[in-house]
Amino acid sequence: MTVEIHDGTRWQPVCSLDDLQPGRGVAVLLPPADTQVALFLDRSGALYAVDNRDPFSGAHVLSRGLLGSRSGRPTLASPMYKQTFDLIDGRCLDEDTAPDGTPAVLRRWPVRAAAADCAAAADSPNPRNSRKEERA
Amino acid sequence: MTSHPAEPPEPPLDLVLVGHGMVGQRFLEAWTEQPGARRRRVTVLAEEPRPAYDRVHLSSLFDGRTPEDLTLCPPGFLAEHGIELRLGDPVTAVDRAARTVTTRSGARLRYDDLVLATGSAPFVPPVPGRDAAGCHVYRTVEDLDAIRADATRAVVAGGGTGIVVGGGLLGLEAAGALRATGLTTHVVEFAPRLMAVQVDEGGGRLLRRRIEELGVTVHTAAAASGVATGPDGAVRGLLLSDGRELAADLVVFSAGVRPRDRLARDCGLAVGPRGGIVVDEHCRTEDPAVLAIGECAQAADGRVYGLVAPGYQMAETAARALAGRPGPGFTGADTSTRLKLLGVDVASFGDPHGTAEGALDVLYSDGRLGVYRKLVIGADGALRGGVLVGDTDAYGTLRALATAGRPLTVPPEQLVLPAGSAAAGPIALPDDAVLCSCHNVTQGAVRAAVHEQGCESVAAVRKCTRAGTGCGSCLKQLTTVVTEELAATGAEVGTGLCEHFPQSRAELYEIVLVTGITTFSALVDRHGTGEGCDICKPTVASILASLSNGHILDGEQAALQDSNDHFLANLQRNGSYSVVPRVPGGEITPDGLIAIGEVARDFGLYTKITGGQRIDLFGAGVDQLPAIWARLVEAGFESGHAYGKALRTVKSCVGETWCRYGVQDSVGLAIELELRYRGLRSPHKLKSAVSGCARECAEARSKDFGIIATSAGWNLYVGGNGGTTPRHADLLAADLDRETLIRTVDRYLMFYIRTADRLERTSVWLERLDGGLDHLRAVVLDDALGIAAELDALMARHIDSYQDEWAATLADPDRLRRFASFVNAPGTPDPAVTFVPERGQIRPARPDEDGHVLPAPAPVLVAGPRLEVLAK
Repeated sequence: MTVEIHDGTRWQPVCSLDDLQPGRGVAVLLPPADTQVALFLDRSGALYAVDNRDPFSGAHVLSRGLLGSRSGRPTLASPMYKQTFDLIDGRCLDEDTAPDGTPAVLRRWPVRAAAADCAAAADSPNPRNSRKEERA
Repeated sequence: MTSHPAEPPEPPLDLVLVGHGMVGQRFLEAWTEQPGARRRRVTVLAEEPRPAYDRVHLSSLFDGRTPEDLTLCPPGFLAEHGIELRLGDPVTAVDRAARTVTTRSGARLRYDDLVLATGSAPFVPPVPGRDAAGCHVYRTVEDLDAIRADATRAVVAGGGTGIVVGGGLLGLEAAGALRATGLTTHVVEFAPRLMAVQVDEGGGRLLRRRIEELGVTVHTAAAASGVATGPDGAVRGLLLSDGRELAADLVVFSAGVRPRDRLARDCGLAVGPRGGIVVDEHCRTEDPAVLAIGECAQAADGRVYGLVAPGYQMAETAARALAGRPGPGFTGADTSTRLKLLGVDVASFGDPHGTAEGALDVLYSDGRLGVYRKLVIGADGALRGGVLVGDTDAYGTLRALATAGRPLTVPPEQLVLPAGSAAAGPIALPDDAVLCSCHNVTQGAVRAAVHEQGCESVAAVRKCTRAGTGCGSCLKQLTTVVTEELAATGAEVGTGLCEHFPQSRAELYEIVLVTGITTFSALVDRHGTGEGCDICKPTVASILASLSNGHILDGEQAALQDSNDHFLANLQRNGSYSVVPRVPGGEITPDGLIAIGEVARDFGLYTKITGGQRIDLFGAGVDQLPAIWARLVEAGFESGHAYGKALRTVKSCVGETWCRYGVQDSVGLAIELELRYRGLRSPHKLKSAVSGCARECAEARSKDFGIIATSAGWNLYVGGNGGTTPRHADLLAADLDRETLIRTVDRYLMFYIRTADRLERTSVWLERLDGGLDHLRAVVLDDALGIAAELDALMARHIDSYQDEWAATLADPDRLRRFASFVNAPGTPDPAVTFVPERGQIRPARPDEDGHVLPAPAPVLVAGPRLEVLAK
């Protein structure tokens, strides 16, 4: 199974479902603008994708947060200052606004696990990998 | 633009400030914030050779601080606001008719407005010999330099004695400083007790005892009648009014201060009967062009305030008045104080002496614990003031009650008794008492948040009222109030860990121990609800690690760890990590130092020595961590667990091996203990230290367990803490041999791990433990609970199964997979983590800075910080 994130225009393959560990996340670089997305799998097999940027610290660390639940809703706790976000609507449950005055809401990205036959797309040349070779 | 180009610009008005002390600087800050501040040209004429500094903390110069540390004038402040500061050129005369001032160097300056902030001068009693060499006052950096020079000379010459004349607040400060230099110290106080202004007779007696325990000799009801001098004209001793003579090498006069109001007197301005330039509530003198603020002024209420807070209020009042926006004015201030003198907590508030008619005292005194509390209750039943010595925890609550000034709703004895004051304190507060002074939130507002706005947790109340979101010092009180209020609404306030587990951490530990459950899923499904959270997951991970000791990144356990444990490194503010290799006991070979240095250099990391005698390497990306650790492991290092709620370090002094004073091998013991307990997961971090003699250079008594060598063995201290709530560790057992010592520490640690709450340090746990230290002693030394064998077995299992987490991680491709910056672009550094150079190393770039991404490490070794090569 391939995990795909919808970037607003199309579904982009980002990794294999096997790359994910229930309860934890990974960071994804979404072309073309190198947008950072935090991708999670929970114990029940549900996938979530939200901004990787923590609005309270400005650091791109939310993929390293802990999944959990609050009053039955799935949540994500930031590893930096421990604010908890609702994974369904992206809202911060602890504080309404970030220190810079913007609303503390994470963008949610549509995410799905696609069957293996769609995975061909994932094998196409990965822009990230080719760039890495240029650097070397 | 409204002005016509033809009109010449209005010449700026001249504002002259005389004096650049704490109050003067605050005035400048307040003035520059006023609208239209730019329209006046500001000149400051100062007597001292340096800009304003923090005189309140002058004594810290004896603890290794430098005058630069104390400066109050931020770099660039004067230039930014176009303020001219002339140092070392005090004003000698004011001509009010001509509106000019003359300085010592002869300069004449015109003023439109003049602000006098000349402060106060130490009062030196007019006794013969008071000008002799070796006589000092205690007010400026230069005074302290001179005292230190004399003290050092006397100590080097073999001993030496210093006498402080004056047993008030400043006198005791000075005595602490003299004692710190190694002088035998005496305090001579004219009044029958110490700190006569602030504390009463009983409090003074206790304070005296506590201070004498520190080796300071106190003479009360004694006046200095003369300074005895030797043939060289220098101080030889102090003569007392009762005929005695105390030998001394130096004398510090600290018998109060007098307002420095001579400039005002000389130009005909009114001064108060006990000195102090007379000002109105807007700090103006009788001449509207002249203002006076701080300790040189007599405020509108007829008092001269010697504390800095009222001075600051006057500075702000004067700035507003000059800007033409006079506010409410300054009509007096609360002189409640809370301070630590020579390590003794002292506080007084309201009317501490019960001067009002019909006032009665309620007293509690425990000489054994060194605690004294007195409350003054007015005839109407309201709290009027009080004195606290030895324990000032209740100060905030009691002061708020005293300022509210309404009859108490609880019996006053509840407020002074040890248990009563804590339990009854918050609930006894009236609704208009301020809980959070940063955001001015009253208890009433907090209660309304619970009752009317439906807040069901401290977090919700913080969000709703902003209480506790400033400095955070009120959080404990806030939590108590919210909990009480929730209980009052009938809401269930459990001791449960979080919404997912109704059990406490200790109860969960017992469940895991008894059932042998090894996964979070099993535990939450059988004994809890939901999916867990950032509170219960790491807690359960820690319990599982304490009891089963598998690798913390194995299987489901990996998903429970806090980010730091998950990546076996410490997350820093920009999303990068820091790495700390273990350096047991702080002992490291030259080759080890070189290896760490080479790793730091090759990966371009920032290096800093930690407080725990190790080296922290900052700036690593997640995907660099395995490569960094491969090098460190190869050089013989292992994880230092700086990221874990686990044993951190066992710090040591160099011990008898090298030190002239050492009586035992402290380094050897520290290494043995650190290697024994490394990797031990616990409710909170654990710190330890071993000192090789009673001089205690390793600071063992500030640790969770500290060991101090004696000539007969080892003394074991437990429950110490540094940080925000320092606590000296308590002596658990004395003169232990090595084997008994280690067995006792084993049991102490395992008993703590078994019974403590989540994130509860040993200091808090020990204070909460039923039966306290005696109970702990009974459990670990006499096996009163019959669990010693079990505790020993658990520790043995921990030691047997210890493995270095980093070596094990490097050996397992499965565990290594997580160290990818991006799942779809591993090896690409996070483009948002950028650095700039500073002092030859890197630091995280601030949002407005154009930093550089730290490049992935190349296999070649390049000397010098990599970033310098890249810098634009």
